[in-house]
Amino acid sequence: MGGSWLTAVIFTPLLGALFVLAQPEERATWRSGFIFSLIPLAISIYLFMAFDPSQAGYQFVERAAWIPQFGISYHLGVDGISLFLVMLTTVLFSLSMLYSGGGDIATRPREFCFFMLVLEMGLLGALLAVDLFLFYVFWELMLIPMYFLIGIWGHGRKYYAAFKFILYTMLGSILMLVAILYLVAATRAHLGQLTFDLPELYGVPLSHSEATWLFAAFALAFAIKVPMWPVHTWLPDAHTEAPTAGSVILAGVMLKMGTYGFLRFAIPLFPEIAIEAAPLFLALAVVGIVYGALVAMVQPDLKRLVAYSSVSHLGFVMLGIFALDPQGVQGAIYQMLNHGISTGGLFLLIGMIYLRRHTREISEFGGLWKSVPIYAAVFMVVMLSSIGLPGLNGFVGEFLILLGTYLSKSLAAEVGVAGLILGALYMLYAYERVMFGPITHAVNRTIADLNARELAVMAPLIALMLLMGLYPRPLLSRMEPSVGALLGRVHAAQARIDGEHREAHALAALAEAKSVAPK
Amino acid sequence: MTQFNWSVINFAWVPILPLIVVGAGAMGVLLAGVETDDEESGALGILSIALFVFAAILTMLLFSGPPSLTFSGALSVSSYSAYFELLVLIASAMTALISVEYAADARLPGAEYYALLMFAALGMMLMAAADDLIVIFLGLETMSIAVYALAGFLRRDPRSNEAALKYFLLGAFSTGFLLYGIALIYGATGSVKLEPIEAALSRPATDNALLLAGLGLLLIGFGFKVAAVPFHMWTPDAYEGAPTPITGFMAVGVKAAAFAAFVRVFMVHLAPLGPQWTTVMWVMAALTMTVGNLAALVQTNIKRMLAYSAIAHAGYILVGMTAVDSPRAGGAILYYLLGYVFTNLGAFAVVVALERRGARQDDIADYRGLATRHPMLAAAMALFMLSLTGVPPLAGFFGKFYIFSAALDAHLVWLTVIAVLNSVMSAYYYLSVLIAMYAREGGVEPEPMRTRPALVAALVIAAIGTVVIGLFPQPYISSATGAFASALNRAPHHHVVLNR
Repeated sequence: MGGSWLTAVIFTPLLGALFVLAQPEERATWRSGFIFSLIPLAISIYLFMAFDPSQAGYQFVERAAWIPQFGISYHLGVDGISLFLVMLTTVLFSLSMLYSGGGDIATRPREFCFFMLVLEMGLLGALLAVDLFLFYVFWELMLIPMYFLIGIWGHGRKYYAAFKFILYTMLGSILMLVAILYLVAATRAHLGQLTFDLPELYGVPLSHSEATWLFAAFALAFAIKVPMWPVHTWLPDAHTEAPTAGSVILAGVMLKMGTYGFLRFAIPLFPEIAIEAAPLFLALAVVGIVYGALVAMVQPDLKRLVAYSSVSHLGFVMLGIFALDPQGVQGAIYQMLNHGISTGGLFLLIGMIYLRRHTREISEFGGLWKSVPIYAAVFMVVMLSSIGLPGLNGFVGEFLILLGTYLSKSLAAEVGVAGLILGALYMLYAYERVMFGPITHAVNRTIADLNARELAVMAPLIALMLLMGLYPRPLLSRMEPSVGALLGRVHAAQARIDGEHREAHALAALAEAKSVAPK
Repeated sequence: MTQFNWSVINFAWVPILPLIVVGAGAMGVLLAGVETDDEESGALGILSIALFVFAAILTMLLFSGPPSLTFSGALSVSSYSAYFELLVLIASAMTALISVEYAADARLPGAEYYALLMFAALGMMLMAAADDLIVIFLGLETMSIAVYALAGFLRRDPRSNEAALKYFLLGAFSTGFLLYGIALIYGATGSVKLEPIEAALSRPATDNALLLAGLGLLLIGFGFKVAAVPFHMWTPDAYEGAPTPITGFMAVGVKAAAFAAFVRVFMVHLAPLGPQWTTVMWVMAALTMTVGNLAALVQTNIKRMLAYSAIAHAGYILVGMTAVDSPRAGGAILYYLLGYVFTNLGAFAVVVALERRGARQDDIADYRGLATRHPMLAAAMALFMLSLTGVPPLAGFFGKFYIFSAALDAHLVWLTVIAVLNSVMSAYYYLSVLIAMYAREGGVEPEPMRTRPALVAALVIAAIGTVVIGLFPQPYISSATGAFASALNRAPHHHVVLNR
């Protein structure tokens, strides 16, 4: 394939971060930060165009030895699962930078841009790494800038939220590190050499209990990140106290690292255990969907409401993943993108109104439709996308997930549909209280409507919502082969399990026959 | 009339040239001090740094040579000893660099200060090269006595006096244990040299009870020096009271030297007894990490926090020692210490930077808002704290990674889990410093950095080391594994002539 496109897309943000720091003129910070976030965006668009939809494996592969004593290599690649998450990341970063320059971040813009761009590097690196060590490096690396973003530019109990966020995530990820090391040691026993290369780690013979523990460690790390109920409790605090851009990235991209981890690592590395654990994860996903929706319904704070809605939406993604079915998994990936776009959009809109009113309490608003009609209209489109109105992107993802789940696990799908209804309910209810009715607070009469910069931030998101809602084909076609390859591993594992069962049954029957025969 | 047969003792001067440079240099610095005022102590500091660097260059030249025993098997010169000598020399040179402006500001008598530093380094190098329990003891005492004096160097500061006294009393106490252990091992095996001791282990005649008692006492003696729980009580007070550059030196140099001897004795020569001591070591490692980290969580003084953090890091290294069955464990420990030297000395250099003449400004609250006033200083501190936490791609991360992978090789799954949980716990207090520097307001104003070029140089070196060793670990892994392998390889005796 040639070229070092993936290295370029990962490290241009780092270059940008260093450039921003070194720049003497602080006023130009926002402009250069934004421009540096556009370069990875451009590269990711190129990757999308040049991506070969007929291939299941990694494309644009780059590989170089890094720490040969440990079999660690600098191995990058992109496939149909990671491609769109890379695009989502670059899009949301550009828009967040554009938005944050408009007054949301009043202090220390230079450091803000620095941490944002380092964060972008961490996220892109984790998405593109094929070597487990490299993945882990980026995976940990992304925590630090987010910790700073919440701790420095957050609101309210920002220190508490920052610590809670980082300790929760580190706890999960460091146990995953132990699992990675264990897996690598087992691989060495099998292959006779140390390697951290993901494809080589597939199919290492492990005892059932070993595989279960390792899967549990990976799953815990990713479940905390998703976050799945009941390890979601860091999320409402982190989302609520983070600055707007932080929430956008956190909800839009970072949570997807958890679901991506399941697809990329936990499931293909341990397919047998994933099949066995699927009912548990489906149950947790469904609980998350309903729980998130119910708690969101009673939140007085708009941002907290959207935060809990994330728990619910990510439950859908997990539902699709653990349906272990082509439609379900494709729907899950699609829904990851949808959630990034629509929840990202919601956080941006809440940030915009917070900037004007310095409050996010729903009861402080009412009747905004009359004073800020453009804002209300944009909000409506984003909200409808979030609740999955046909014609917008959310519908495609939810439909595929429910289709895939229904085919195999109908009960989970039925409860999921109930969650969908609840989702529509709390969103519409909140919208009604904020936008309709009489204007109850006099200040709301005079607030300004969206300005040009804010429109420029929202317009691409709305365009994407329409495009992805009406014409999903280019995305789905690129996902299909990679998802097929992933599920191929799962089906092979299923066949092995069935084979063992059949064998066990046959043996049992034989034994029975023998014990019966002498009589 | 029998003449003393000189050939009994084999003098091979070349392999100990670095030690000679440091030892003779220490006396030279003392002599030069007669002619200099205390205000001009900086020149003596530069002189000692130059001597350390010279010794380091000599050590590097010896690094690749074949391992050999010299002085009748008392010293083993190999890449193992060279590796640790280099660690000690780096730590000493960095400490001297950090001290240059500090000592001049505090009007410390420079000749004594730098000479003691060099004597301590000499003792450490001796420990690194010793292949004989008595020589280890000699090196340990040379080092310890110099460091006791350095800890109490701020004569008018009661905290410094307290530090020196506590360190001295407990240190002397622990030396007693070590010496008793050596005596019992001599009783059991008939030798104080490590190789004959190892050979005696497999003899059926060896008295096991005596041997194990001696081994236990050795473990306690080394446990004190590396500040392993439950022998760590002296650490926080001694670290808090000592002059800050010396605290860094204690946390890094003393620790590296003690581990040089500890690892050689236990992981090389007493490895056949592994089943006997790894259980104890397992418990000690788990306790050391957990107690160190738990106590560090509640500290408000940065030196005390770093003291407990140093205890916790000794615990991670003990995990590596417990993993003696893994072929990678030795290399892991050696690599870990290298990263630790740069990272921890860097952190102490920042603490020094924040201290003002006459005023201790070493509360974590003093670091508030540092990022806005001194962004580079805060960035350096953030780097060191993140490396101590174990955030990739810094040296601290790869060190932990290496040790944990060795521990898993040796099937120490639960100890590894305890270690990583501890690592998460430590994130809390290291990151608190980051929050103080970046997100809070207030704090104190350090002396302008442009008047302290030596300190800036030390910070830059430490920061580069922390990044480079972590990001491109390959050559350092090779050196570390090679060094440990050379200790494992039985060194050929160097022209040993025994008259019988």
